[in-house]
Amino acid sequence: MSNAVSTARKPAVRAARSKGDPGHSGQRNATLAWLTVPALFFFLTFAVVPLAGVLILSFASWDGIGAIGSAGLGNWFSVLADPGLYNALGLTFLIMIASWLVQTPISLLLGVFTAGSQRYRAALAVLYFLPLLLSSAAVAIAFKALLDPNFGLATGLGLPFLAQDWLGVPHLALGLVIFVIAWQFVPFHTLIYQGGVRQIPRSLYEAAEIDGAGTIKQFFHITLPQLKYTIITSSTLMVVGSLTYFDLIFVLTGGGPGNSTRILALDMYLRGFRANLMGPASVIAVILVLIGLALALFLQRLGGKDKQGSQLEGM
Amino acid sequence: MSTVLKSSTEEVPAGPRANAAAPKRGLGSRMRKLNVPAGLAGWIWLAIIIIPVYYVVITSLKTQEGYFGQNPLALPTSPTLENYQMVLEADFAQYFMNSTIVTLGAVIPTVLISFMAAFAIVRGKGRFLKLVNGMFLMGLAIPLQATIIPIYLMIIRLNLYDSLLALMLPSIAFAIPLTVLILSNFIRDVPNELFESMRLDGCSEWQTMWRLALPLTRPAIVTVAIYNGLHVWNGFLLPLVLTQSPGLRVLPLALWTFQGEYSVNIPAVLASVVLSTLPILVLYVIGRRQLLAGLTAGFSK
Repeated sequence: MSNAVSTARKPAVRAARSKGDPGHSGQRNATLAWLTVPALFFFLTFAVVPLAGVLILSFASWDGIGAIGSAGLGNWFSVLADPGLYNALGLTFLIMIASWLVQTPISLLLGVFTAGSQRYRAALAVLYFLPLLLSSAAVAIAFKALLDPNFGLATGLGLPFLAQDWLGVPHLALGLVIFVIAWQFVPFHTLIYQGGVRQIPRSLYEAAEIDGAGTIKQFFHITLPQLKYTIITSSTLMVVGSLTYFDLIFVLTGGGPGNSTRILALDMYLRGFRANLMGPASVIAVILVLIGLALALFLQRLGGKDKQGSQLEGM
Repeated sequence: MSTVLKSSTEEVPAGPRANAAAPKRGLGSRMRKLNVPAGLAGWIWLAIIIIPVYYVVITSLKTQEGYFGQNPLALPTSPTLENYQMVLEADFAQYFMNSTIVTLGAVIPTVLISFMAAFAIVRGKGRFLKLVNGMFLMGLAIPLQATIIPIYLMIIRLNLYDSLLALMLPSIAFAIPLTVLILSNFIRDVPNELFESMRLDGCSEWQTMWRLALPLTRPAIVTVAIYNGLHVWNGFLLPLVLTQSPGLRVLPLALWTFQGEYSVNIPAVLASVVLSTLPILVLYVIGRRQLLAGLTAGFSK
């Protein structure tokens, strides 16, 4: 994905190397090729084969224990005709878009903020990144306790409007999920933006200052445009990552109340491992893969023509 | 260009050092002017982060009576470690061991074989290596969750269901693409003259790899090890699907089941949350810069 951005920066180095390196013989390349075999073996066996397997299983009927039979296109027809799929799809995109809208401005602001060198900002940054250390399960459990209407935040802060049945009302549960996802992932994106801001050449700001541009102008005319690729990287990770917010939602709401937070990944798990319908669950998995690929390609395209080739390389 | 980028990222990670660097001061004074929106967001966000963390820690130190009787955000009147003792007695040491075994058992092979592959991809030529590289790059786009059903099937057929090894194998496979990408970026930065002189000294590629490339890429290796380690340590789906015995639970799964069993004893549940995070917190205190660098490995270099 976007990580390949850094690969793309060094084509010149690579070209120079291969020219000045006459020692490539068949023998040597054969030795080197052997070095990739262990990694290749693991990768093919436990990543590529399962990827092919999920496509095959989407045409099979299997309850997770017994024999595997053929289902033809049956799974696909039944899943595509199931309103549950569209509910899950809609929720997935809703959470994706809401998460992006919530997390991007906050991460960007905090990234700019923590990139400054004042000591108190550094101290704050140490605390900001704490959520990165926690597992999704831990975050979900902590928030469940925190939101207890009697013994949680609402009483602690004396804010009665926080005393809601957060996990029992569909739209509240959905809002909660979006908030907790932001709580857990904003630090990561802050870190990415912090790195991006620190790479902006200072001379740009000096020039702008000489030209008399104010702080806000500088932000919109220098910082934002300079962060273009950082924004694309962060957004790609955010959007594609949102397809996989499984752990957090599983522990926090379990998809409920009703099906109001049952996103695609959760839908797949519940169909497969709770309802023992591995075939239809595999159909959902294939859909997940396709959406992920489509989104990644689409976001890379936004990155503009010049960068496109090299970033697609990283897909 | 890459050197410029790298030195700037390496110097900055916030802290006293950033202040000491003289040229940074200009940046600081510029940032100070952005204080209003960013500063406001900064302090509000601090509260949003700190209050839940504070709540979890103080509640874990409360007795049941304290939890029900006191203001939830007040410090415990009679702090107790009872909850921690209870959690530890509930086999937490075992879960901790399981997590450690799985994390080490996944990260060490991942880094080792990815390093070998990255070395070959950078040093070698030819169609095969290009193909391998292309495959790993495509692998970055495969989401682990979408392949969980076939992985489950394979693990059953391999008679590995309900074993710690079952958790390691897919973890290794899915960590390889990004690890290879990051390590090969670093190996590319090793000056060619060094490889040349190794060759002139009659060293084999194997020797060059261990004696030259490995020591020179050590920081990158630490970085990817941390990145992968955190992911495996906090991983939830694989243990949920691939194990069932209580004795084989890893920490995130143990947290989840513990929460189900002790839902009436919130202080104990939160003590388990604190305990499961403690090792990473220690790591954060010791090597914050390395840890944060590891987290964004490959994304913000």
